[in-house]
Amino acid sequence: MRAPDGPPVKGDVLLDVADVSLRFGGVRALSEVSFDIVKGEIRAIIGPNGAGKTSMLNCINGFYHPNEGCITFKGVARRKMRPSQAARGGIARTFQNVALFRGMTTLDNIMAGRSLHMRRGFIWQLLRHGPALREEVEHRRFVEEIIDFLEIQHIRKVPVGKLPYGLQKRVELGRALAMEPELLLLDEPMAGMNLEEKEDMCRFILDTNHEFGTTIALIEHDMGVVMDLSDRVVVLDYGRKIADGSPSEVKRDGRVIAAYLGVAHERR
Amino acid sequence: MDLLFKVLVEPFILMAEAPDLLVQTLWEGFVSGVLYALIALGFVLIFKASGVFNFAQGIMVVFAALTLVGLHEKGVPALLALAIAVAVMFVLAVAVERMVLRPLVNQPDIILFMATFGLTYFLIGLGELIFGGNPKRMIASELYLPQGTSEVMLLGGPVRFQHIDIAAAAIASLMIAGLAVFFSRTRIGRALRAVADSHKAALSVGISLNQIWIIVWFAAGIVALVTGIMWGARSDVSFALQIIALKALPVLILGGFTSIPGAIVGGLIIGLGEKIGEFYWGPLLGGGIETWLAYIIALLFLLFRPQGLFGEKIIERI
Repeated sequence: MRAPDGPPVKGDVLLDVADVSLRFGGVRALSEVSFDIVKGEIRAIIGPNGAGKTSMLNCINGFYHPNEGCITFKGVARRKMRPSQAARGGIARTFQNVALFRGMTTLDNIMAGRSLHMRRGFIWQLLRHGPALREEVEHRRFVEEIIDFLEIQHIRKVPVGKLPYGLQKRVELGRALAMEPELLLLDEPMAGMNLEEKEDMCRFILDTNHEFGTTIALIEHDMGVVMDLSDRVVVLDYGRKIADGSPSEVKRDGRVIAAYLGVAHERR
Repeated sequence: MDLLFKVLVEPFILMAEAPDLLVQTLWEGFVSGVLYALIALGFVLIFKASGVFNFAQGIMVVFAALTLVGLHEKGVPALLALAIAVAVMFVLAVAVERMVLRPLVNQPDIILFMATFGLTYFLIGLGELIFGGNPKRMIASELYLPQGTSEVMLLGGPVRFQHIDIAAAAIASLMIAGLAVFFSRTRIGRALRAVADSHKAALSVGISLNQIWIIVWFAAGIVALVTGIMWGARSDVSFALQIIALKALPVLILGGFTSIPGAIVGGLIIGLGEKIGEFYWGPLLGGGIETWLAYIIALLFLLFRPQGLFGEKIIERI
């Protein structure tokens, strides 16, 4: 039902990136990049290695502060934001090379994603009584639903450091989902997976988008996956945006082909 | 043969012959063990949250106690001085977070470790500047800490219990229990464990690193203050007190740097082992083995369990 040539999904702009530049000393990681993400869509960010894709995600969730430009999320413009503020605002993410709480179990990892939703004072939590107990039970139920959704019941009590890579990525997605995000940033969710794991992951991403209506921005190298999943694609190369549009438009774009395959003479 | 007899048999005969002496030794070992555990806990909290071995923990003990005693010397009532000392530890926590941790975030651990050296010398200088370098008497009675000694007839002999030791053991046990429960049950505790595992992931789920850092440094400051009061009441408040922090090192090796139960069990093992070793085996070596026995125990543990009794097993994928 996601016709590749169909019109972009209609909706309000959830996140708007305007002329964002990011420098590390003399290295220009991002130069005047602008694009937007619309509510309810799956937006892919692609590009060759070192194109600035992860830097872009880091700017969006506050790990990096752009040197220039402006990021507007839910109508609020800002350039500097702390990661914890981004999380509070409803931005969740996963990482390229899995960042989990390795010593904690799957269940605890996903529970950690709920920490922002816990409101009871620590005195109540200390006593594990009354409202705090009810709250804990309530969150636990929510987390169990996520565990069911991601089909990871069998590893609930396993410390995640012991899990194979594919499952770790799934737990990481679970933790992000536990935050009930409005915008979910996925940094190469399929990297290092075999075909079967990739198919599972694709299914989870699409289901998340459909069932919870979560807006998703994802970085991915597997072009097949990108074309199947995404509503719109933005292409970065050397920190600049070189194309933006539906998957089929982007696939035909001369500059994109050049960036990926190289051109015999003259790069750009 | 004679030596083997002295090492392997004689001490146990002595224990059996005079059980009251054994109880006395165990009690003394328990009291210092609980205090070691408390100091080690200060290290563990900071190590978990910022991945740093806080070299300044020892001087924080001195600085906290010195603030308390120094203020009292300058005419501040004891309980008010206590409240101010708590406030000073909070200010210290905020200052460390702002001026040491935040600018050095993402630097290698060794840099942060060196920064705690800097903090140590800064606190020594500041303490001397404000309160002077002379040893001071802890204001134990002004803080309503009990004094004196009770003798109880136990197992055929008198066993002496210093009241201050009873108070120290009780207060330290309460604090340890309180901190352990606080960090295992509350949201802040879960956040602390998360921060210990991965700063990046903790940030992404909305945990504020800065807030956690302030909380653990403040907790470590309170631990330092309590340790300073208790230890100061048994000897004096002076800069020499900071070496007791070095006693926490074998405790940490034993218990594991990241484990709160480890700090408790490690502290007790070191405290008891030290006193029993000194009393029963010390004479063989001419006494004074208390000062280094803890390190030998820790070394033995390192050989067999490098991660400590309760430390997280290090899993590395290749």
